[in-house]
Amino acid sequence: MFESIGNETLRTMKILVNVMPKPSVLDPQGAAAAEALKHLGLAGVGRVRIGKVVEIELPDNTEESEIHRAARELLSNPVIEDYSITK
Amino acid sequence: MKFAVIRFPGSNCDQDCVLALNALPGATADFVWHKDTSLAGFDAVVVPGGFSYGDYLRCGAIASFSPIMQAVKSFAASGGTVIGICNGFQILCESGLLPGALVRNKGLHFVCKHQHLRVESTNSRFTRAATKGQVLNIPIAHGEGCYFADDATLAALNANDQILVRYCDNEGQTTEASNPNGSRENIAGICNETRNVFGLMPHPERACDPALGSTDGLVIFDSLLKC
Repeated sequence: MFESIGNETLRTMKILVNVMPKPSVLDPQGAAAAEALKHLGLAGVGRVRIGKVVEIELPDNTEESEIHRAARELLSNPVIEDYSITK
Repeated sequence: MKFAVIRFPGSNCDQDCVLALNALPGATADFVWHKDTSLAGFDAVVVPGGFSYGDYLRCGAIASFSPIMQAVKSFAASGGTVIGICNGFQILCESGLLPGALVRNKGLHFVCKHQHLRVESTNSRFTRAATKGQVLNIPIAHGEGCYFADDATLAALNANDQILVRYCDNEGQTTEASNPNGSRENIAGICNETRNVFGLMPHPERACDPALGSTDGLVIFDSLLKC
């Protein structure tokens, strides 16, 4: 992807930060969705967990450590959530 | 004692806090906007309830990055008194001023009712006017009030006497039925290790006038004013 800023052309990328509740944290939303999936008629529904995905546009040369810092300090709360990054 | 009541976009208990505090002898309270950067002249900080920044991302997460919260962190680090109520408790946890986090109520419903609390410790500037084991009747109103901390953190909270109030029934029993939101160990409010920062989900400012059905919230503010 290309974006023009002034005379400069910057390459940008989209990254996805996937945030999920830790297994030890109660996820009542997931439990409620599991019940609804059974009512829908889906067979064999096990545990359901609901997280979120954050899509961020960033310059291509953004340091990996900076993305992790954002994921750790703002986009997820390490007390209750785990995250992974997809490029 | 001069209280700063922080106002974020979406705060909605700020007026109640200022009203309750200004009615107390020896206390005055003023609003402080989230874009302000100084708490000079204030003796204590109240982070009030509401839905700061629309509860976007996670409750309290955006607020913890606001300019005023950087001042609140310095204020707390130098021993200043900080109390966070409801969304204020969430903000203090997100800011790292208190351990743990508040997640969606176990029953998924927003819970709005009067709730009994048991005072677990009077060894704090927030509860010293109460008696240990005293049962308070104070309203709660939240959708994300389920207190979570890992086992090691819970053990430390217990060992350091940091759990100041727990949800209980009218006889002071901390039963599962009296836990309105699934909080671990019925925790309703905790302080930090240095005992100058307190967060709780119940609303003491809504229990300071007989017209509101209870004056049990006064014991928290009286504790602060009692030197």
